[in-house]
Formats: sequence, structure tokens, C-alpha cells
Amino acid sequence: MDIIVLVKQVPDTTEVKLDAKTGSMLREGVNSVMNPDDRHALEAAIHLKESLGGKVIALSMGPVQAIDVISEAIGMGADEGILVSDRAFAGADSFATSATLGKAIAKIGKYDLIICGRQAIDGDTAQIGPQVAEYLKLPQVTYVFDIEAIEAGAVLVKRRLENGYERVESTLPAVLTVIGEMNRPRYPMVGRLIDACRKHARIQVWNAADIGVQTRDVGLAGSLTQVIKTFAPKGKRQAEMLEGDTRTVVRTLLDRMRENRLISPGEVTHDCLG
Amino acid sequence: MTVWVEADLCNGCKRCLKACPYGALEFGQQGVGVQERCTSCGACLEVCPQGALQSDVRPRTAPDFSDRKGIWIFAEQREGKLAPVALELLGKAHQLASGLNQEVCALVLGDRVSHLTETLIRHGAETVYVAEHEALKDYRTQVYADILEGLMNQYRPNILLMGATHIGRDLAPRVSRRIGAGLTADCTELSIDPDEGILLQTRPAFGGNIMATIASRYSRPQMATVRPGVMEAIERPGNRGREITVAVSVQEQQIGTRVLEIVREKKEVIRLCEAKVIVAGGRGVGDAGGFKVLEELAETVNGTVAGTRVAVEEGWIPVDRQVGQTGQSVRPELYIACGISGAIQHRAGMLNSRYVIAINKDPRAPIFQVCDWGILGDLHDVVPELVRQLKKGIETQMDTDEHR
Repeated sequence: MDIIVLVKQVPDTTEVKLDAKTGSMLREGVNSVMNPDDRHALEAAIHLKESLGGKVIALSMGPVQAIDVISEAIGMGADEGILVSDRAFAGADSFATSATLGKAIAKIGKYDLIICGRQAIDGDTAQIGPQVAEYLKLPQVTYVFDIEAIEAGAVLVKRRLENGYERVESTLPAVLTVIGEMNRPRYPMVGRLIDACRKHARIQVWNAADIGVQTRDVGLAGSLTQVIKTFAPKGKRQAEMLEGDTRTVVRTLLDRMRENRLISPGEVTHDCLG
Repeated sequence: MTVWVEADLCNGCKRCLKACPYGALEFGQQGVGVQERCTSCGACLEVCPQGALQSDVRPRTAPDFSDRKGIWIFAEQREGKLAPVALELLGKAHQLASGLNQEVCALVLGDRVSHLTETLIRHGAETVYVAEHEALKDYRTQVYADILEGLMNQYRPNILLMGATHIGRDLAPRVSRRIGAGLTADCTELSIDPDEGILLQTRPAFGGNIMATIASRYSRPQMATVRPGVMEAIERPGNRGREITVAVSVQEQQIGTRVLEIVREKKEVIRLCEAKVIVAGGRGVGDAGGFKVLEELAETVNGTVAGTRVAVEEGWIPVDRQVGQTGQSVRPELYIACGISGAIQHRAGMLNSRYVIAINKDPRAPIFQVCDWGILGDLHDVVPELVRQLKKGIETQMDTDEHR
């Protein structure tokens, strides 16, 4: 069972702050991490490999420093890593990214399964899995949280729905996108991490020419959507801070609620002890 | 080949060889030659003093899409019941259509689903396309995508909207890639640009730290998925519409996937988006026990308990109670935020609440900027006091009733 896992390096969005004046993001000092859902994808792939044999290839598109997530993937148990990196890929939307990743996967050639995280925490689009599947004309199952069975030519998975789940069988090769409920990702092993940073590490870096794409089909040039503007989300309310000790503020709050008919006037009376 | 060399002009200076980032140019007996590795990036064109390198790559211009008409919504159904977001999309589509003077169309796929037409028309659809087939009974990516592809090519609509549900987020990107149309995920706001007439698609990005407005200038239909619970469904009893049956032919073996079973989980599904009052807790609640206090408050005001991503990750509340970017969007009458700092990821999910009360220890907590009434204090003091005064009021009321 040869499995390709798509991984992405993302800014740790819990640390991202906004410049209150300009509305632009302050990236300084923000750590880069492996996208959380992708860890679950890797864990699923490594787990399958351990029982079925074969190999796991971690594939990422990003700037050169994204090699860190490839190393981390190898540290967790992936056998090989490929980073697709080129200035021409910059500014890509999911449409252009899926073309790049699709081309790279086609170049890898031999695989039974492609697993990726449902979505990345920087964009939250959840579009790459399905778009890569379509690019490669493979079946897809998204929101997977359990692989029940896998054998030559078919995989049986559980797919999360809003009010339950469905059991879906798919022919192989296929693209699965997985959610956090799937498993508990293992930590990278120090020895493997060190190996992944050595010269002989099984990591390749491919550029646009290596995967055989035309610059106009990737990056900003190959994107179909354009960001017109970004701005800081703002609330419309005039926040009124209620003053006083606990008992007083609560009483004032109930007054406000009453004034705005959130509770009927008779429903609550003043605390006589006050 | 999109980059080539005019051999007559080449003086053999080899500047282009150095400029090529891909080693795609070689110098041979016939001068410079372009190899297969060329990506048409154009780096060589800029350095050639002779203008000997040529390219047919032209700057991008938006094609003329004036023939693209109609605002389509994908009316998601499961087991013959419409997803609420389908009607919400119609509400928005109707609003967009009035600016463009274009038709609102709904598309419903399934097995025996034409009974849904009436509801769709009552909520603003002017034409309802119905595709019925046994093979469409349960949602499956490829067969649904095939039908959408066919319809998009046949009717060439201007806009296609879907709900950002587990089905919509599976189907929309597949269709987008298939028909070569740009797609924006999880929009919370849609409008028509008054000058260009294009669809402005606004969504939270970077975990909601930034709102981004996105447009698809180079492709049609303009595709977007929309968060459930954000747009408003509006009944239009006077609306008239027609139904068009879509011919369906399916080749089962090409679908790739088979749904063996759909399991509805027995636990009561919390539909936060329908709650009138929500009592939500965040990091400040401290532990699972802290939520007991919130539950008591919720009980007193007949509300529902919810929480932030932190509260879910800490295991204090189940994931189906999560409000925010990665959880649910809610629009209750009253939202009581307890110990919630108000990270933008969370705000994205609750900004549409009618009234917001915030209780927090930190005077700088951003939640205070988006609330109606803020209380600076420890929720562990404030909430029990709130419950006490509310209950006291109710008791007094009951006493009065008894004395009558």
C-alpha cells in the first residue's frame, strides 16, 4: 500500500494578531507549524503502512522553509518527502494549488491512496482534497474519521455528517480527507528527525520545470479567484460597561434586559435585600 | 511551445541562459534552443538585448461574460428533506438577483424529490431544476458533480451558490475544478459590485483574524459556498415559478463510491443555530465543573449551553456545541459570553446575535468591543449572582401568583 500524504506548513493562527490601524496581519514572531488535520492524515497513513506494508510519501507545496514539515513527517514515520517549491507557485488559490499538487502526484506515479487533512487552519477552505481528486480523476471521500477495511482495489470508510455518519466504500486509488476525530497523531521520533535533517535524507525538492507545469497555470497567474481587499472584522455594537459591585452590575444588567424586552417586566423583581 | 527563439536575431550572448531559473535553455550549433522544461515564465525575454526570445503568453484580461445569466443555488436535500441552508441561499440569491435583474434558479438532486419544488418556489426560486434518479438517492460526489457539470455547461449561469455543509464542501470544489470555475469557501457575506457587476464574496481567513473579500474575474459561474445560519430565509408567498425536469443518465460503475449505510446518531443533535438564548463559555470557565454554573444559568433563562474551541478541545463540552469559525454560526436573540476573550475565530460565529452580554476578568478582552453590555468580573461570581437574581425574580413572581 503506497500512500501519498499532503501536508501544509501554516502559521499558528492562534498566535496571529492584527494591526488595529491597518487591518493587516502581524506575522512577526508567529510560529509555523504542521497543519493540525494533516497530522491526523499522516498518522492514518503510517498506521496503514505498519499493518499492510508499502511506503508513505509526504508531499507539500510551499516556500523552502516548508521543508520543516516534510522533516517532521519523516520524523513521524513517513518514508520519503517531496517539497514542491518555486516562486512561480506563490499567490496560488486552491484551483492553482490543486494543479501543482496534481502534477507532482502524477510525477510520483505509483500510489494506492492519497490522504490529506480536511482543511488547513490558515485558509479553512477544505478545497484542496476534492480539487486534487478531480484533477487526477479519482474518487474522493471527505470528512473521514475511520478506515474500517482496506484491501486490493477498495477501501471502506466512515464519513462524518452533521447528524451522524455514513459508511462509504470507494474504489482505489482514492483521495481521503480526514478530520481530527480519526486518531491521535504520534510524536516524531528524535532519531528519525535527526536523520531527516541529514544530507542523505530521502527528501526531494521539485520546481515548476521538474513537475512540468506552465507558469501561467500555477501560482497567482493560474488562480481563478482574486483577493480584492482584506479588513479587520468589526463589531457594530456600542459596548456599555456596567459598573459597580457584582450585585449592582447584575441588577443593572437585568434592567437593561428588561428595557430591551429580553425578559418581561414582571418576570424579575429587584432584590429587596440590596 | 510558448517561448521560442528567432534565430536570425540571436547574437549568441547567452544572457538568457543565466537568467533562466529552470535550466530550460541550451546553447547549441543553431544558437539558443528552448527545452521541454520551459515553464514560459518569461525571465529570458526580459534580459535578451536583441528581442530574439518571443512568447505568446499575454497579460491576463477578463473575458466578456455578459452572456452569463442566472443565479443558481444548489438545494441540498437529505432523505427528501431540504437542508435549511438551501432556503437561506434563496433568500440571498433573491437579493443579489434584484441588483442584476437575473433569474433565481434552484437545483435539487435526489430520488423522488420533486415535492420540494413548492417550498423552493415559495422561498424565491423562479425556476427549479429537478434531477431524479435512484442513483442520486444518497449524495455521492462524482455522480452529483457529473450532473452539475452538464447543467452548468448547458445553462451557463452567472453565479452558483451552495451551502457550506459536509455535502456542499465536498461537491463545490469538485465541480469547481471540473468546470474550471473559481470558488470561495464559507462566505459570510455576498454582494454585487455596483460598478463591475461581479459577485463580491467575503469570508473570514487566517482563522478569522482577517476578513477577505474575493472575486472571480476570470471564470464563470462565480462559485461560493455559504455558511449555514448566516443568511436569512425569506418566504415569498406571491412568488411564481416553474419546474424543469433534468434528464439523468447514470453509469453506476463510473461513480467510484457506494454509500453502504447512513447512521443517524442517537444522541440529541444540538442545533445551536435554532437556539433563542445561548450561554457560552470559554477558557475562563476553567474546567468542566465550571460549565455546571453555565448550565444552571441556561436552565434559568431557557437557553442552550455552547462554548469556544478551547472549551471543546479541553473536553469541557462536546464538539457539537462549538460556536465559531470551526464550529457553528449562531444568531440567537441573546448570547451570553462567559469567560470568552472573543478571539476573532469565535466572534465569526456569534456576531449575528441580536444582543450580546459579555462577562470577563480581562478589561482588554476583545469580546467587550462586540457586546451590548459588558461586565468586568469573575464569571464564577457574576453568573451565580445572575442566576440568583433571576430565580429570586421568578420566585417573587410565583409568590405573587399564589397570593392572588
